[in-house]
Amino acid sequence: MSFINPAAAKWIIDAAYILVAFLFITGLKRMSSPVTARGGILWAGLGMLLATLVTFLAPATSAGGFEHVGTNFALVIAGIAVGGVLAWVSGKRVAMTDMPQMIALYNGMGGGAAAAIAAGELYRGTSHGLAVGALAVLGGLIGAVSFSGSGIAFGKLQGLIKRSLRFGGQQVLNLLFLVGAIVLGSLIATGAAADAPVVSAFFVLALVLGVTMTLPIGGADMPVVISLYNALTGLAVAFEGFVLNNAAMIIAGTVVGSAGTLLTQLMAKAMNRSLGNVLFSGFGDTASAAGGPVTGSMKPIDANDAGVMMAFAQKMIIVPGYGMAVGQAQHKVWELAQLLQNRGVTVRFAIHPVAGRMPGHMNVLLAEAGVPYDLIADLEEINAEFETTDVALIIGANDVVNPVARNDKSSPIYGMPILNADKAKNVVVIKRGQGQGFSGIENALFYLDNTRMLYGDAQGAVNQLIHSVKAIG
Amino acid sequence: MIDGVIAIYIFMLAAFTGYEVISRVPVILHTPLMSGSNFVHGIVLVGAMFALFEATTTLGRVVGFIGVVLAAGNAVGGYVVTERMLEMFKSSGQKKATGGQH
Repeated sequence: MSFINPAAAKWIIDAAYILVAFLFITGLKRMSSPVTARGGILWAGLGMLLATLVTFLAPATSAGGFEHVGTNFALVIAGIAVGGVLAWVSGKRVAMTDMPQMIALYNGMGGGAAAAIAAGELYRGTSHGLAVGALAVLGGLIGAVSFSGSGIAFGKLQGLIKRSLRFGGQQVLNLLFLVGAIVLGSLIATGAAADAPVVSAFFVLALVLGVTMTLPIGGADMPVVISLYNALTGLAVAFEGFVLNNAAMIIAGTVVGSAGTLLTQLMAKAMNRSLGNVLFSGFGDTASAAGGPVTGSMKPIDANDAGVMMAFAQKMIIVPGYGMAVGQAQHKVWELAQLLQNRGVTVRFAIHPVAGRMPGHMNVLLAEAGVPYDLIADLEEINAEFETTDVALIIGANDVVNPVARNDKSSPIYGMPILNADKAKNVVVIKRGQGQGFSGIENALFYLDNTRMLYGDAQGAVNQLIHSVKAIG
Repeated sequence: MIDGVIAIYIFMLAAFTGYEVISRVPVILHTPLMSGSNFVHGIVLVGAMFALFEATTTLGRVVGFIGVVLAAGNAVGGYVVTERMLEMFKSSGQKKATGGQH
């Protein structure tokens, strides 16, 4: 017996889930505008809290009430405490520069949870009917791939996995894994062979597929991959929602699935590549450095000369890239920008959609440093302005300012929209050394007559620039 | 079970909603929004809770427990990192109000 009758408990849960769906969608809507974004996460958070609390009433919806679930009730509380505390601590501690891999990690956990729900249903072996069985299997497959794939993405961005494993016939092998998983999945869904060993083999294949699919993808493509896995997890959650007959999961999962798919497309488009190209070409960090030979030489500049150049400029555009993130230079960059602003220089920041390791990665770092978002412009907004700019300062960005994308048809990045920094009167490039960028493609910008190279790590070099500008007085 | 046709309607309408809600989002918010949507699919927690409540075998409890731990990590971690990122979005107007440039 329970303190609440089953029908009433079910009614409360259903009503609460409607409110949850409303809170989630409103939250996401508010998160898509800079003005309301900060409130958006609170709306969504409130939805999650309500959903979790009301779900504790779930045992009361069956005749047995709270007694029949017994120790499971304590296990649920323990599980939430363990997962919640670990995630809370790691989320609070992680540096802003490491955000992308944390998102990959948390996303993978969601995929794993969806797969675990599927596993619970499938191991129980009760007949579901074909439609529900198929959805459980499909959600399990997608969730498991997202789980192990996100894990690999985390490992790559965290620097735990240094190399991209590639070998001949890799795509064929992946296809075999996928076909194998689908065959086993069909056997399970139709009930032809739904024993525990078959279910286990199915999940092992799905997990292996996530690993082998993600390993060959280069680090530069990780933003797209993480976004894709985010969308996939949403879809897996929606499918398991159908299995459990849970409207909140169906709606929230589907909304994330479609929003995530759109985000993934936007990102791939910004790199002028199709999703298939990202997933199957293996390009992304070793691209065979194709393209015509670059002529000329790189001309170095010291920080004092560069500082003077900037101090007496009228208009300057700063183009940050991954090097700024690695060097944790965002605070120094903003200090430099403020110094120059006080001298009357118009300073703006130009952000390429895929600068860094995630779209908007640079925006987040600049926002952390305190740069007001109205000084930050994206590609379409600012590209025409480079021609009237005195100094373009490139901080650890490479491919996103490489003019070969505009004019060299043989280059692997030909056609990718770039920031036209080469059109500025002067270009100063802060770079750690003379090596090639992330994609391994030679950057023609570095060899232009109006380009000067300022060697050093981003933070050190910007610091020198600050001293140099201050010395002018 | 939600009726099959109704289920497809819900799926379709929710998909359109997701697409529309973020179709005009500025690049500046792409990462926070990806993080925010990552948080929202943490709703998988309620499913994992249902599954664990109903578990009757040891295997079912183990799998269910793993599911709840992972889902709670998704929800809590997703919230914390999104909140931290969005906390930094202030316009220059708001900044001046809170003490100006440093």
